[in-house]
Amino acid sequence: MILLEKRPEPSRAWAVATPLLAVLLTMIVGGILFAALGKNPFETIRTIFLDPLFSEFAWYYRPQLLIKGAPLVLIAIGLSFGYRAGIWNIGAEGQYIIGAICGAAVGLALYPMESRFIFPLMVLAGAAGGTLWAMIPGILRVKFGTNEILVSLMLVYVAEQILASMALGAMRNPEGMGFPGSRNLSQYPSAANLELVAGSGMHWGVVAAFIAVIFGYITLSRHIFGFHVRLSGQGPRAAVFAGVNPKRMILICLGISGALAGMAGLFEVSGPAGQISIDFNVGYGFTAIIVAFLGRLHPVGILLAGGLMALTYIGGEIAQSNLGLPGAAIQLLQGMLLFFLLAVDVLTNYRIRLSQRGTV
Amino acid sequence: MDLSSINPILLLASLMVAATPILLAAIGELVVERAGVLNLGVEGMMITGAVSGFIVAVSTGSPLLGFAGAAFGGAFLGLLFGILTQVLLSNQVATGLALTLFGLGLSALMGQNYIGVKAPSFPDWDIPVLGDIPVIGPIVFQHDPMVYVGLILVAATWWFLHKTRHGLVLRAVGENHDAAHALGYKVIRVRLLAIMFGGACAGLGGAYLSLVRVPQWTEGMTAGAGWIALAIVVFAGWKPWRLLLGAYLFGGVTVLQLNLQAAGVAVPVEYLSMSPYLATIVVLVIMSAGRAPGSLGRIFHASR
Repeated sequence: MILLEKRPEPSRAWAVATPLLAVLLTMIVGGILFAALGKNPFETIRTIFLDPLFSEFAWYYRPQLLIKGAPLVLIAIGLSFGYRAGIWNIGAEGQYIIGAICGAAVGLALYPMESRFIFPLMVLAGAAGGTLWAMIPGILRVKFGTNEILVSLMLVYVAEQILASMALGAMRNPEGMGFPGSRNLSQYPSAANLELVAGSGMHWGVVAAFIAVIFGYITLSRHIFGFHVRLSGQGPRAAVFAGVNPKRMILICLGISGALAGMAGLFEVSGPAGQISIDFNVGYGFTAIIVAFLGRLHPVGILLAGGLMALTYIGGEIAQSNLGLPGAAIQLLQGMLLFFLLAVDVLTNYRIRLSQRGTV
Repeated sequence: MDLSSINPILLLASLMVAATPILLAAIGELVVERAGVLNLGVEGMMITGAVSGFIVAVSTGSPLLGFAGAAFGGAFLGLLFGILTQVLLSNQVATGLALTLFGLGLSALMGQNYIGVKAPSFPDWDIPVLGDIPVIGPIVFQHDPMVYVGLILVAATWWFLHKTRHGLVLRAVGENHDAAHALGYKVIRVRLLAIMFGGACAGLGGAYLSLVRVPQWTEGMTAGAGWIALAIVVFAGWKPWRLLLGAYLFGGVTVLQLNLQAAGVAVPVEYLSMSPYLATIVVLVIMSAGRAPGSLGRIFHASR
């Protein structure tokens, strides 16, 4: 009979090995799935995981890796603070949308003025918008004990409706001949989030993501606040005795994740997406949840996981156009990855023991 | 704007229909949570139920078989969640989220060839005598069978939880799993069964959307209904009868905003469409006072 025995401390070796094991299992089961869909499993897996990096068109895909990975990493770093403290913000998608709307609103209001201060102002407005949107579940939780999981998620649907209303109404391009969508911010020099080095994919959002990783690493492992965050998650009562104010912790953690998600939204809308449109958001806020867990809520892990997840997005698009793989298969693959990670995670915290039945 | 075009009798009758998918999903989740498990994957199980029910109904031509398929699909996804959280001891919040993301992807993949296909029709039951009562008849007694299945499930759940021995065991497991384990109850088995029941109910709720209410398959068609079901369980304070109130309240807001949209009220459509979600938040704020089952969301590991 198989028994699980709790480890006195989580195994560090398994903590590193389990994400890799989860990726491997996802590739195997994903391969079976692709075979069932009538595709060559080896070719499909190679297309998704290797072609973006090593094929003859890799020069085109590699910059995409930064463009798609940056918002994921930025949002996931913010989420990791809350998740470590046991505060479950799952509405990053909504904060991302509202951040983009607020940031873009500043840019659109100042059009066509040219000034070097406009873009920084937009970034601030984006962060503020995301923070405000995240404060709604935060304040409701602190004041009324309302469940922040449900409220933050409900607000995603509300944010999507606000986005639709903005794209069709208040923010519609007056010169757009009635088409939905705002002015193209990436064609407005003072507001554009352009590549810093042409052809590299490196835009301000990528810079912000790297800064967030460093900031996250220092805060979590070298600063008293990081210690308090970890303590709140592992022993809420102990945290109170250590001087942590739980209500403040909730607001700060939601605030950080809201600000980073809002900034990610602004970088996206002023750069790769270019404009406020009904569906400029593609679910980064939800995929970032997978990135945060796959990276073990550790900044460096999140950086790697964000890269991997960006790879599946790009590889998925290649597989879609070259092999006719349905787009939903990639979504399923990403969900499967999180599933396998949670499943094999048992090895980190528990030891497996075999024993004869009856001797227990 | 012409508010007189809104017929109050039809409004109340469609309220019951609008509430049914949420009610079905919520009653399942209520049982799961009373067993001490927080399954945030209702949305994923619901949408998987919606697509599997639709596929079965279209390929067999029988909506009833469709509902059976939906219950099976939902229960299967629930079983995945159960194995992960109960056997492999994973975090329930994270696993529930994973289940939702997984279910959304799975359903989109399964349903890609069924977009635009029409579901076989599911006739209303005209209950003889009772359906002919003026006003009350059309509101309460002229619906399709699943509306009544939902009501019967609420009653049956109440009876099971409060009047049977097995219900008592299930509540004991949910209140204090260590004590229940010490008394010799099979905590993991009880929870796995509860989770599968929850999955089956969520699947039925999803299939009600794709087979009766819409009735078509579109990607992401549950649009947060699973999350609203979770909210209604909190609103109901984990009591079956109050679930009815929550579901009808929500159904009322949904139907009213749809009617207002049709009547051409001067409020933009987007703001009307967000009202069910805002109503859910308001309701959660007002009714966060209920007491959750003692072991809700905690990992059970029988250490020696």
